[in-house]
Amino acid sequence: MRRRVGIDVGGTNTDAVLLEDGSVSAAVKTATTPDVTTGITRALAGLLAQAPDARGAQAVMIGTTHFTNAVVQRRDLGRVAAVRIGLPSGASLPPFVDWPEDLAELVRAEVVMLEGGHEFDGRPLVPFDTRGMRAAARRIREAGIRSVAIAAVFSPLNAAGEEDAAKILQEECPDVAVTLSHRLGRIGLLERENAALLNACLIELARKTTRAFTEALRGSGIAAPLYLTQNDGTVMLAEVAEAYPVYSFASGPTNSMRGAAFLSKRDEALVVDVGGTTTDIGSLRHGFPREANSVVEIGGVRTLFRMPDLLSLGLGGGTMVRGAAPAPTIGPASVGYRLTEQALVFGGDVLTVTDVAVAAGLIDLGDRARVAALPAALVEAALTRIRAMIEEGVDRMKTDAGDAPLIAVGGGSFLVPPRLAGVSEVLNVPHQAVANAVGAAIAQVSGEVDQIFQDLTRDEAIARARRAAEDKAVEAGADRNTINVVEVEDLPLAYLPGNSLRTRVRVVGDIAG
Amino acid sequence: MRPITAEEIESLAIGAWILGTGGGGSPYLALLNMRQAYRQGVVCQLMDASELADDDLVAVVSNMGAPLVGQERLTDPKTMALAVTMMEEYLGRKFRALMSLEIGGGNSIQPFMGAAVLGLPVIDGDCMGRAFPEAQMTSFAIHDLRMYPLTLADVRDNAVVVARAASWKWMERISRKACVEVGSIASTCKAPRTGKEIKECAILGSTTKAIGIGRAVQAARRAHRDPIEAVLEVERGIKLFSGKIHDIARRTTEGFLRGTATIEGLDGFRGHTFKLAFQNEFAVGWLDDVPRVMTPDLICVLDTVAGDAIGTETLRYGQRVTVIALPAPPILMTPKGIDHVGPRAFGYDLDFRSVFA
Repeated sequence: MRRRVGIDVGGTNTDAVLLEDGSVSAAVKTATTPDVTTGITRALAGLLAQAPDARGAQAVMIGTTHFTNAVVQRRDLGRVAAVRIGLPSGASLPPFVDWPEDLAELVRAEVVMLEGGHEFDGRPLVPFDTRGMRAAARRIREAGIRSVAIAAVFSPLNAAGEEDAAKILQEECPDVAVTLSHRLGRIGLLERENAALLNACLIELARKTTRAFTEALRGSGIAAPLYLTQNDGTVMLAEVAEAYPVYSFASGPTNSMRGAAFLSKRDEALVVDVGGTTTDIGSLRHGFPREANSVVEIGGVRTLFRMPDLLSLGLGGGTMVRGAAPAPTIGPASVGYRLTEQALVFGGDVLTVTDVAVAAGLIDLGDRARVAALPAALVEAALTRIRAMIEEGVDRMKTDAGDAPLIAVGGGSFLVPPRLAGVSEVLNVPHQAVANAVGAAIAQVSGEVDQIFQDLTRDEAIARARRAAEDKAVEAGADRNTINVVEVEDLPLAYLPGNSLRTRVRVVGDIAG
Repeated sequence: MRPITAEEIESLAIGAWILGTGGGGSPYLALLNMRQAYRQGVVCQLMDASELADDDLVAVVSNMGAPLVGQERLTDPKTMALAVTMMEEYLGRKFRALMSLEIGGGNSIQPFMGAAVLGLPVIDGDCMGRAFPEAQMTSFAIHDLRMYPLTLADVRDNAVVVARAASWKWMERISRKACVEVGSIASTCKAPRTGKEIKECAILGSTTKAIGIGRAVQAARRAHRDPIEAVLEVERGIKLFSGKIHDIARRTTEGFLRGTATIEGLDGFRGHTFKLAFQNEFAVGWLDDVPRVMTPDLICVLDTVAGDAIGTETLRYGQRVTVIALPAPPILMTPKGIDHVGPRAFGYDLDFRSVFA
């Protein structure tokens, strides 16, 4: 039997599910703990109590927003040396150039700009300044910097510069963690360099977190390999993924939406995911989240990651309700994972959206008697405001004026009214509260390549990109025999000689074994 | 002459991207350069052409090359300034001011980058009033001004002077070849213009116009009003269509990005389709297979919600877009202008008819 355990670590809740041959056979929801791991251990214990067979799972997938939150909240970030290879080009726009100053101050330990890099056709721009690199490596060692991001001009086409620099770093300071920009992606030096810098400042946290995840898993007696879920709804082996924390930035919402599609068996619908702190509204297309059109900013830093197009509202089960009828204020502050201590129904003294829902009889949680005295007018007014927030959000995410189905998921899905303006039907599905963990459990493995090919026919260029993407997927844990191409994009380039074609291929496959 | 503020350069970047009509390259990196310069205390001066003496010399500048290469080999004020000083050395004369070749896209900011280094003012104007793909598609070409000499500077201290060219086409061929050799990105100073030529043949006031468009978009966003409506208002433009991108076909021929995009109507345009043809910039638009708009009328495709311009290289399936038309500068609408930049100059056998006629 195919058994998969999916775990989602959110800001408020840690959820776990067991999938057996594609159907959910056990599910638990526990509170996220400040150390993250305790929550996972508890969730796994709960799951094993329900379904001892989970011990025999062939794979465990964890999705977490831990790394995004670290950037957004500016905590647990490491200091980074930025090495840019490409002088004399780009001298006026050094690394960190368009970063929010507070974040740059935290992360920027050293900026090194060296001669080197390549042209669009693979010729060297100028010879790589190996002597300068060696001197920089020594400075990095002496300064005690533990993480380095390297970005070279046109490295997605020719990675030699970044790799030579990494080799020198390896020789001079073997303990330093190195992020090479070409491994993260695409053409666009600043955005690719930003991704490498963000990755480098998270790498120590990622390593620590991933190892803690692995220990929690082993402690629970599950021997299966651990995978981390990525922005695009696929997974990577934990030991590979720990070097690329930036790839998990949007995995939380992606998992929810993939889980919603799986549980509802709908491929085209809107999804509303009500968590503890926020409500995310997105749109499913062919079972995958619709991607954002524009450049995506993470914590104020411009990147080129493909992220789901989401609208985030400050509305969740832990959202605070202040003021009185007829116009109470809903959020955006939330008690987050302290819901079970601070909400009225749990014996606390903060009025939350959950308390309002309990008072209105939408859900039975905690001690109902503790909200019996809430004025009916306040409850009514709060619910009216919540409905308006969701209706407005849904309308903004719709691609056309017609009514569309809406799948409600997340621990706070009880807040979604059964009828909404502009919605043909609100779909409530079994296990909706743990859709994100389900989304993690069904994830596949992907590989992607984005390169410029010259003087090849379109078919040859795509074939070559496809082979490279397949190799990447296998390296990340895919079974080669199950790999499918999911996206092909080719873009002929203006003002370049010959037949220049930028080709991007993305493949996905099932987890090997 | 007046100092131009950092905020105005932010507005210029937004407005110029819209005037790029799908091409011209994103102004983002040029804007970052200006932010760096202003942080270091630089303040550029914007100069009205009327302040030029007839025999003053103006450097008309632009970045040349493939926009994609520009995303890796980042544009630098020093290289821009080098193209200008090379021209001064070649001529043995000093420039009075710099001016943009094209106000559409990143080239709108290039003269400010050069000016930041050289301490010269920037003329409020350009010679396209938008963006165009080819060298002869300028008001100077329409006025039969000389197309040489041209200087081209590479960041590695490679420099080329094209002393003479037999025609605009030859100038394009020779300079393009040199540009490709140095990696398909270079800073160029075009044929120098006298104060008299600028006053008589340039498209004046286009810098101020781009700043005004950008400012309208910013104000609308701040007030949570529709930024597209704001652009239409300030430029007296026409909304042509609104929908989502249904199909895109692109190919490169002769170094240009050519192709078509089909938009399916939404809301008030449901049941209709709009097809756009482009050569780097949008050239012709058909509503349900009937020609609706054509160059030189400015055809701009904007993100329906955010109001940001969308380039022909970044069009993607599923994007929700609004197509608008803005009026072209009068010189482009003359019979001679239409010869240079009308639909036939782009290979479409159509008689030009303006949507504003």
